[in-house]
Amino acid sequence: MTGVRVLVGTRKGAFTLTSDGKRADWTVSGPHFGGWEIYHVAGSPANPDRLYASQSSGWFGQVIQRSDDGGKTWEPVGNDFTYQGEVGEHLWYDGTPRPWEFKRIWHFEPAKDDPDTVYAGAEDAALYKSTDGGKTWQELTALRTHETGPKWQPGAGGMCLHTIILDPANPNRIYVAISAAGAFRSDDGGASWVPINRGLRSGEIPDEDSEVGHCVHRLAMHPSRPDVLFMQKHWDVMRTDDAGGSWREVSGNLPSDFGFPIGVHAHEPETIYVVPIKSDSEHYPPEGKLRVYRSRTGGEEWEPLTNGLPQRDCYVNVLRDAMAIDSLDPCGIYFGTTGGQVYGSADGGDTWTPIVRDLPAVLSVEVQALP
Amino acid sequence: MIRVVLPAHLKNLARVSGEVRLEVAEPVTQRTVLDALEDRFPMLRGTIRDRRSGKRRAFIRFYACEEDLSNESPDDPLPDRVVKGEEPFIVLGAMAGG
Repeated sequence: MTGVRVLVGTRKGAFTLTSDGKRADWTVSGPHFGGWEIYHVAGSPANPDRLYASQSSGWFGQVIQRSDDGGKTWEPVGNDFTYQGEVGEHLWYDGTPRPWEFKRIWHFEPAKDDPDTVYAGAEDAALYKSTDGGKTWQELTALRTHETGPKWQPGAGGMCLHTIILDPANPNRIYVAISAAGAFRSDDGGASWVPINRGLRSGEIPDEDSEVGHCVHRLAMHPSRPDVLFMQKHWDVMRTDDAGGSWREVSGNLPSDFGFPIGVHAHEPETIYVVPIKSDSEHYPPEGKLRVYRSRTGGEEWEPLTNGLPQRDCYVNVLRDAMAIDSLDPCGIYFGTTGGQVYGSADGGDTWTPIVRDLPAVLSVEVQALP
Repeated sequence: MIRVVLPAHLKNLARVSGEVRLEVAEPVTQRTVLDALEDRFPMLRGTIRDRRSGKRRAFIRFYACEEDLSNESPDDPLPDRVVKGEEPFIVLGAMAGG
């Protein structure tokens, strides 16, 4: 590996942060698409120079940008995200039915083996796929039209499909997560879906172990163990060892089990990371101390990682798509805050340094290992 | 020749500077001007009008000749001075914070 490129989406543009394999000195490029909200920037594993960016604005709607040179130049591609067939209704915040209405793309998941194939998760929740590099998008309708769809309700951030995981061992298996519907799995490439929420308990919904309705904030998987998923739920850190058949709580000794992102170490499938947040009503770290928590035991036993992170007067949040883990050895970890800092660790979380301090609020962080 | 002024973000997206000049066959209306604009700059589709309904996006405004035409019918003729190219048709983002 010659280096890494961190892709940062913010409230006011996109930035790329590049470094060599030591990850000590960084070059910051941006803002790209200045003034626009960039919910996500993702690179293709099949071609690291192929990037996709979700550019949106309350004024001008959704634009999709594509780069074929690692973010130096960009071209707008297709932005026609149509709900196929009958649109249907979900529940609104007040419990009344409301038609699905496209707001924005939250997340891209490029395919492992083809730079032109990419999945996109939308608000209001739907899954789209492009096989022509983002020029056209087709909805995989079976998810939105699932029989539980009329019961889905938005979380505070909107009814967003924010997580897409493609099983590296089984090209037909896809996991997605929706706030606040829960997690779903397809074993036939998106033609049908099953809710995988057994074992989740959410006190915010009338039936706390309901089949759907859970506010899943993020899922993570290590590619060597595709049946093991980790989840940061609204409250509770969870894991499943049977591809979502059942979940168990692994919050253990965390100071708070509320949070947004969760990630898995690149080379240690039982080493996971979360960023505890005080509560659903106070979206900042407990005690004003920004701490990443690491478990080397797949959950339950957690240790705070504080070296280089502010340990007083820190009241930022870390959003669900704003943590990423590189594949170098030692493994690098990166996260961005609503205060505009992007922190990086080149030693698995033992020590941290701010790569950049004063960006707009960070919405998403991805990282690419460059050949 | 119809003159169109775009907001800064859409100029950047369309990679133009200054006014856009368009040939528009009569009748010259909001709809025919925007159709011509989107034909020439396909990346603007969906940014001014909703793709499905064709309606003006909520935070977009249309001005011309010191008048707010935002709530006029998209098929009403635009003012003569716009049709003659003496005044531009102005597309802009509504004032809002953030």
